[in-house]
Amino acid sequence: MTYAANIAMTLPELVLALGAIALMLVSAWGGDKSTRAVSIASVFVLVGAAIALVGPASSGGYAFDGLYRADAFGAFAKVLIYIASAVAIVMAPSFFARSHGDDLRPEYPVLILLSACGMGIMVSASDMLTLYVGLELQSLAAYVLASFMRRDGRSAEAGLKYFVLGALASGILLYGISLVYGFSGTTLFSGIADAYAGTKSLGLLLGLVFVFAGLAFKISAVPFHMWTPDVYEGAPTPVTAFFASAPKVAALAMAVRVAVDAMGPATDQWRQIVIFAALASIILGAVAAIGQTNIKRLLAYSSINNVGFALIGLAAGTPEGVSGVLMYLTIYVAMTLGSFLVVVQMRGDDGQPVETIDSLAGMSRTKPALAAALAIFMFSLAGIPPLFGFYAKFAVFSAAVDAGLFPLAVVGIAASVIGAYYYLRVVKTMYFDDPAPAFAPMESKVEGGLIAVAAVFVSPAGYLLIPVLGAWTMAAARALF
Amino acid sequence: MTIGLVHYLVVAAILFTMGVLGIFLNRKNLIVILMAIELILLAVNINLVAFSAFLHDLVGQVFAMVVLTVAAGEAAIGLAILVIYFRGRGTIAVDDVNRMKG
Repeated sequence: MTYAANIAMTLPELVLALGAIALMLVSAWGGDKSTRAVSIASVFVLVGAAIALVGPASSGGYAFDGLYRADAFGAFAKVLIYIASAVAIVMAPSFFARSHGDDLRPEYPVLILLSACGMGIMVSASDMLTLYVGLELQSLAAYVLASFMRRDGRSAEAGLKYFVLGALASGILLYGISLVYGFSGTTLFSGIADAYAGTKSLGLLLGLVFVFAGLAFKISAVPFHMWTPDVYEGAPTPVTAFFASAPKVAALAMAVRVAVDAMGPATDQWRQIVIFAALASIILGAVAAIGQTNIKRLLAYSSINNVGFALIGLAAGTPEGVSGVLMYLTIYVAMTLGSFLVVVQMRGDDGQPVETIDSLAGMSRTKPALAAALAIFMFSLAGIPPLFGFYAKFAVFSAAVDAGLFPLAVVGIAASVIGAYYYLRVVKTMYFDDPAPAFAPMESKVEGGLIAVAAVFVSPAGYLLIPVLGAWTMAAARALF
Repeated sequence: MTIGLVHYLVVAAILFTMGVLGIFLNRKNLIVILMAIELILLAVNINLVAFSAFLHDLVGQVFAMVVLTVAAGEAAIGLAILVIYFRGRGTIAVDDVNRMKG
């Protein structure tokens, strides 16, 4: 394999890395004046990385002696990651401009670019070393983003908690990797799969458990979810929207690749872990959200709940299941980003962000369009037909049923009814309670447009996309098997 | 007595456990948590290097170098976050990291 061929396959990551370095220099020289230019340029860098996916970067196979794999699976996940990252950059300026704390700095889009680069490496890694480097690049940028509002006590605390628990998760994952390496003799996914196909020694199984515990931390699956509500509440809202979308897609896609590609022959072993994590996440995500009064905390528990549903597709361990996971993630990203774009609009007359659910009361009268959009997102997150969120759950449940996991599907569906309660409570607050003081008017037309696009995507109109999306997710899933 | 692979693995396992316990049992100081994280990463490094020598395979040592490098970056970012936290709150006691609950 020539060097040029390797470069062509890793082109999206190179575009992001070089773009981030160049923009970092611009922001170092330009100072805070350059924020707007750097933000716009970084969105274009993300578009450029997405364009670079066309060609060998989405179909080339192994690069750098098997360390990296460019395939349809990675490309699909990267498209979602780039879209979510771009939205997180777009929604930041108006949020920071009106809150009295820290201003937006040009480092914000640069850190998102670096994080996106790390996520691209994560989802394309076919070696434990590449996986670790990508994961750390993503995480280190994310720790800084969480504590971006330096003068805000909650933001600093969120960054601190995210850092400590994220570093612990990396440590657990690494310990698992070291055991897997020791007992299989290689860090390549293909070699690890060969080792798991033979006799599964205690060391290999112990390594598998540690690796999955580390991965569960990163996707915030129960019982490793405790950092999620605090970090989501404390981080600035655009950063929370970013955490709930892009890194979640990347970590889940990485977990799927590790489970199927590296540990496929041990499916019966990891399936128990995944089923437990899935059910625990669905149930805890639904029950713990009921008492929440802060909308960001509510959405944090909602994301825990949704990760559980996505894991049901992984538990099936079939191409249909993996395609269901990707379908779920696509729809989940639209629902979550839409919800957070609405949350960003929640601010009082003085421009300060408001985060209580009570402040949404009577929004159907003061801001009918925004209330309708949030109602669509909530109904969709609850999985109520005919909204698109229903199809996402349908895809993973049908894969689980096809794989013979009937009890899992039954418990999952029953628990989704509990989850519907708190989503519908938000809708009830908006439509039936006496109006609270109205929010300040929306300033950004772009954000309104993005909310509209997300609302149309998760509305029944989204079903028109199923043939296209279904073909893409299936092609992506087939790349792993 | 010759020192074999198992001895290294046991030492690494003990260090790893101490690191994890250090994060969860420590109620005094956030700096201690940073040290516990370093302990976990060093336990992993002992594992990797021991396996590398045992398997006659260099990948483990390369991995250990990468882990060391990343650990340095991680410590830098952790300390930076700790500094802005201290500036806002005036304390780094673990029990005071409780502004958000629920």
